[in-house]
Amino acid sequence: MVGLEHYLILSAVLFSIGLYGALAKRNAIVILMSIELMLNAVNIAMVAFSRYIVPLLLTGQVFVIFIMVVAAAEVAVGLAIIIAIYRHRETIDATKIDLMKW
Amino acid sequence: MIGLDIAFWILAVVGVIAALAVVLLGDVFRAALSLVLCFLTVAGIYITLSADFLAAVQILIYVGAISVLIILAIMLTRDVQRGSPSNRLRLPAFLVAILFFGGVAYALLNTTWQVSSTPPLEPTTPAIARLLFSEGGFILPVEIAPILLLAAIIGAIVLVREK
Repeated sequence: MVGLEHYLILSAVLFSIGLYGALAKRNAIVILMSIELMLNAVNIAMVAFSRYIVPLLLTGQVFVIFIMVVAAAEVAVGLAIIIAIYRHRETIDATKIDLMKW
Repeated sequence: MIGLDIAFWILAVVGVIAALAVVLLGDVFRAALSLVLCFLTVAGIYITLSADFLAAVQILIYVGAISVLIILAIMLTRDVQRGSPSNRLRLPAFLVAILFFGGVAYALLNTTWQVSSTPPLEPTTPAIARLLFSEGGFILPVEIAPILLLAAIIGAIVLVREK
């Protein structure tokens, strides 16, 4: 019998994989993809809480809709920044984009 | 109910394998394709949670729009040949991820959740619409969200415009 804990563990696994990717990768686009994985993991947790704790309120599902709006905006701006950096520096290696590092 | 369990396990295993492929594959393009597969399994997970509207939105926005944007960016930046290497922080990042997972799993397995036995609403679309657009619902965030989207669109256009 699948319950709330199963969904939360699945969400935690996906979030950890995304966290590893965001911390350990050089390619900026792969980092952005890992961040999308983390957002999806959070969405699963929200929908699971909404389904199992308050099945009639649906507040968690409304939050997921707003997270999707913010994620779409984030991807559009993030990819625009990556393409602008690529035009200037011919690379999207996150370890080489260190202009603001002291 | 048993069919729902089988569906959950299949979707969970495929989703986790696809997510691992995103961070472990050397080819950026293949990583993007397995990210699409992962988004699809998340949509299936929403269906097993009887969130039908969210499953449709997930397929429209993530599988349809965001994956196309990501693949377009991969095509435009020609760093595909260099692949998707790890930086020097590979081992610490792995440790951080494992520690984070351990902490979260410990916390949520030792909490007694007050699970309600009420059957979920089906279909959810009218209820979500009432919650989003009615008086005393989420009408203010709904009106703020387009401003954020407009700002993001204008920002993206300004950033990538040829001078």
